[in-house]
Amino acid sequence: MPDLSINFAGIKSPNPFWLASAPPTNSGYQVMKAFDAGWGGAVWKTLGVPVVNVSSRYGGVNYRDKRLIGFNNIELISDRPLVDNLREIEEVKKHFPHHAVIASLMVQSREEWHQIVRDVTNAGSDGIELNFGCPHGMCERGMGSAVGQEPDVLRTIVEWVMEVAQIPVIVKLTPNISDITEPARAAREGGADAISLINTIQSIVGVDLDLFAPYPIVDGKGTNGGYCGPAVKPIALNMVKNCAQDPHVQLPISGIGGIENWRDAVEHILLGASSVQICTAAMHFGFGIIREMTAGLEQYMTDKGFHTIYDMVGKALPNVKHWEDLNLKYKVTANIHEDKCIGCQLCYTACEDGAHQAIALREGTRVPEIIEENCVGCNLCSLVCPVENCITMDRTDDGTEHLTWKERTLAGTIPTDFNDERAGGLHHWVPEPTAALGKEKHKTLPGKARQLGHPAPTITDLLRKE
Amino acid sequence: MAEFMPPSSEQEFHANFAQLKPRMNNTEALYESSRCLFCFDAPCIKACPTGIDIPQFIRQINTGNVTGAALTIYEANYFGNACGKVCPTEVLCEGACVYNLQEVKPIEIGRLQSFATRQVIESHKYLFEPGQANGRKVAIIGAGPAGISCACELRALGYEVDIFEAKSQPSGLTVHGVAPYKITNEEVLAEMEYLQTQFGYRVQYNSPICSRPDLLALEEAYDAIFLGIGLGKTNALLLPGEERENCVGAVEFIEQLRREHHQILVGRKVIVLGGGNTAMDAASESARLGAEDVILAYRRSKEDMGAYDFEYDLAKSVGVKGLFNVAPVEIVGNGRVEGVKFIRTATVDGQVQAVPGSEFVEPCDMVIKATGQAKQTTFLSLILGLQLDSKGRIVADTHTYQTTNPQYFASGDALNGGAEVVNAAAEAKVAARGIHHYLSAR
Ligand SMILES: Cc1cc2nc3c(=O)[nH]c(=O)nc-3n(C[C@H](O)[C@H](O)[C@H](O)COP(=O)(O)OP(=O)(O)OC[C@H]3O[C@@H](n4cnc5c(N)ncnc54)[C@H](O)[C@@H]3O)c2cc1C
Ligand SMILES: Cc1cc2nc3c(=O)[nH]c(=O)nc-3n(C[C@H](O)[C@H](O)[C@H](O)COP(=O)(O)O)c2cc1C
Ligand code: SF4
Ligand code: SF4
Ligand code: SF4
Repeated sequence: MPDLSINFAGIKSPNPFWLASAPPTNSGYQVMKAFDAGWGGAVWKTLGVPVVNVSSRYGGVNYRDKRLIGFNNIELISDRPLVDNLREIEEVKKHFPHHAVIASLMVQSREEWHQIVRDVTNAGSDGIELNFGCPHGMCERGMGSAVGQEPDVLRTIVEWVMEVAQIPVIVKLTPNISDITEPARAAREGGADAISLINTIQSIVGVDLDLFAPYPIVDGKGTNGGYCGPAVKPIALNMVKNCAQDPHVQLPISGIGGIENWRDAVEHILLGASSVQICTAAMHFGFGIIREMTAGLEQYMTDKGFHTIYDMVGKALPNVKHWEDLNLKYKVTANIHEDKCIGCQLCYTACEDGAHQAIALREGTRVPEIIEENCVGCNLCSLVCPVENCITMDRTDDGTEHLTWKERTLAGTIPTDFNDERAGGLHHWVPEPTAALGKEKHKTLPGKARQLGHPAPTITDLLRKE
Repeated sequence: MAEFMPPSSEQEFHANFAQLKPRMNNTEALYESSRCLFCFDAPCIKACPTGIDIPQFIRQINTGNVTGAALTIYEANYFGNACGKVCPTEVLCEGACVYNLQEVKPIEIGRLQSFATRQVIESHKYLFEPGQANGRKVAIIGAGPAGISCACELRALGYEVDIFEAKSQPSGLTVHGVAPYKITNEEVLAEMEYLQTQFGYRVQYNSPICSRPDLLALEEAYDAIFLGIGLGKTNALLLPGEERENCVGAVEFIEQLRREHHQILVGRKVIVLGGGNTAMDAASESARLGAEDVILAYRRSKEDMGAYDFEYDLAKSVGVKGLFNVAPVEIVGNGRVEGVKFIRTATVDGQVQAVPGSEFVEPCDMVIKATGQAKQTTFLSLILGLQLDSKGRIVADTHTYQTTNPQYFASGDALNGGAEVVNAAAEAKVAARGIHHYLSAR
């Protein structure tokens, strides 16, 4: 049985799954219920100054029939009285002494920071998370991402906190910045024990086509909100990696952003996170998702022979390189497995219109054919193919050569103009531009109906009339 | 016990004849449309006789442009809603869907199609209007799928159109012949009204064209005449006892069923003679009307039946039993039908042969003959110069559907010998273009 427990910068937790500071951690009731369900820790909904929330607070991004692949909110920090929260933290800790309760905080002045850090420590919190991330509302009042975007301000506030902190301090970073490592370094310089990222991304999730207003709509108006959920995972992963690889950061990372199942969690961990936080998935599916996450993580660790979480933390980092360090001699070519192909021809049209015209159609069969000499190995066809493993990208170089752009630069063998024999695109075949005209019109303008043309007024005529 | 109790009210009738392809709600339409892959040169389009741009309309449903989806459908097929419900999609679009090759359920194209069209029909969202009048007139005989489709297309091209229909309702066999569990009368007629409101052709009901003088009058008053007359009555078996009470033709039985619903009387034990789709329908319908036993008797083997497999499966699922390799020799009884005398058959070198001495009587109190519809050869012989082929089908140019009498054009069952609604709709559109071509050149 693998050991899922962690010691994150001194905060102990039975497993690496924490609820992120958000509505699921708004009350003692919810946190107790979550711990009961199997969550390892909870970052309490951010405590701080009094706020007032609007009604109509969330917006969603749906993809076809899938709801909430992206989620956004214009909610502020906790609107419940601080004393109530402190009392409930104490109560939770009484029932769950071995689970992690981390207090998320956001205030303004040095005095306020000192006071609130003492308050939550006295209540029995295992750690503190400084919310320098909220990208709406609070930043307009000089808090949240307004702090996270200014490394100097961030460092100063961390220093204030460290003056009194007796429990581990995590700094939560905002992704609304061009280089995430700058605030991460500032956090380290200020003396923080760990960082967590990402908070939500400034966003507009959609516009109502009838009301001409952005979602979520508050009395006919809207504002930018914070974006999260499955859609943000790629952005989060990249930022986690950036912080994990930066020699000047060197802090434990709590990975946040788009985690919904054990796979997402493992990805964060392989890129350097040693705890993970989840918000949207718990808001969407409830606390019950924890069972799938712990079961999946355990199974994966067993399969891989990992005994503890630390056996896998950052395991993918050595393989995340700069582009100039990639092997230019490596070559893959698309390969269609005819027995699996269902003949949708999505690969054909994708390569034809969106890549390198390296797929051909043949008479008498709907199974397309790869024109190997045109295939640049971009992967597109294998990505659009709806049948699993129907198009594989097979290695076609012999694996003996290794040459990177950096090595070529050093050796002085990089092409300097387009006529250079060594330039990449020089010998790529492309069809004559005019060969496009009328190509496969009979297939893209479908069927017998279109061959007839249409005599009746079109929808455009009708719209004009309405 | 039979599967179904005889329905005694309209409500019970609709319960017994529940729609095989019920209407999708918005959620179902969203889920199903999300599955479509948007295939290149999609096989489903090619399998549709009217060539509806299926991936396009499914994508339009998926993006919330249901009106646009309906337009895509109607542009290709004026019977868009009816076809979504009555087409044998298993052997057409859905049968061609690439998902079949992956052993995944194909996209429910028919139901999605009706989802879109029902919405515009019910919200009276009109998509078409007649073209600029061109001063020419066309007469259409028969208001079936062929006649109505031709009328719509001709109106769009600017023709004045008068339809002469023998019966009192439009849509031909769609409302008189198709099984009630495929589409309701109300749904068929709503689409007919939707089309007529937009295109404004005139229909004269209860106006059969039967004589040479009738035809002459049309030939003089109209620039061209379109024949959308379909087929005729059920073929006679020419067997002794065929005139007995309760020995009926399938087409006539079904027409009465569609008109009278639960008020029609069906036998306790029904024998249906035939192996085509109409036989399957008549058998299923008898069972749903509460007949205790329904036997489908066919003179060859099960595999030789002309009916689609799914139609036979449907009949079996409501308790119909098959009796194969038997040929009827007499309808026995005493005034009323009391049974059918059969003789067993064997197929030798493709020929059905009676097995001597194997006669037996299968008792029953109703016989439904589903032995094919006769061609309207007598009526058609009144048209000068009009050629029919050896099977009684109208001979016409396949690009224009112009007959051998240049003033006449034809489509649908009368031309193809009996196919589906969708074929009539497809051909009639081509015929309308043929008429346009012919008259424009004059
Ligand atoms: C029992 C049965 C079940 C069927 N089920 C299906 C099904 O599930 N799905 C499917 O797609 N197809 C089905 N079909 C076939 C389909 O109904 C026909 O292919 C289609 O209706 C043919 O259209 P049409 O316009 O050529 O002829 P019809 O629909 O037969 O229309 C002909 C019209 O012309 C009128 N008419 C005829 N002669 C004259 C005249 N001399 N003067 C004036 N009017 C005249 C008739 O009254 C009728 O209204 C079924 C057919 C039958 C018999
Ligand atoms: C409605 C809502 C309110 C949030 N409130 C806070 C907050 O008070 N403090 C905080 O640090 N982060 C807050 N967040 C951000 C989340 O803690 C988390 O960083 C973000 O949602 C990304 O994780 P996810 O993709 O799992 O949702 C909030 C998120 C949501 C959706
Ligand atoms: S890998 Fe890219 S270039 Fe090669 S066939 Fe596929 S889409 Fe075309
Ligand atoms: S995308 Fe895949 S299934 Fe579709 S035609 Fe190409 S190889 Fe076949
Ligand atoms: S074949 Fe199936 S999946 Fe492909 S476009 Fe047609 S309905 Fe969609």
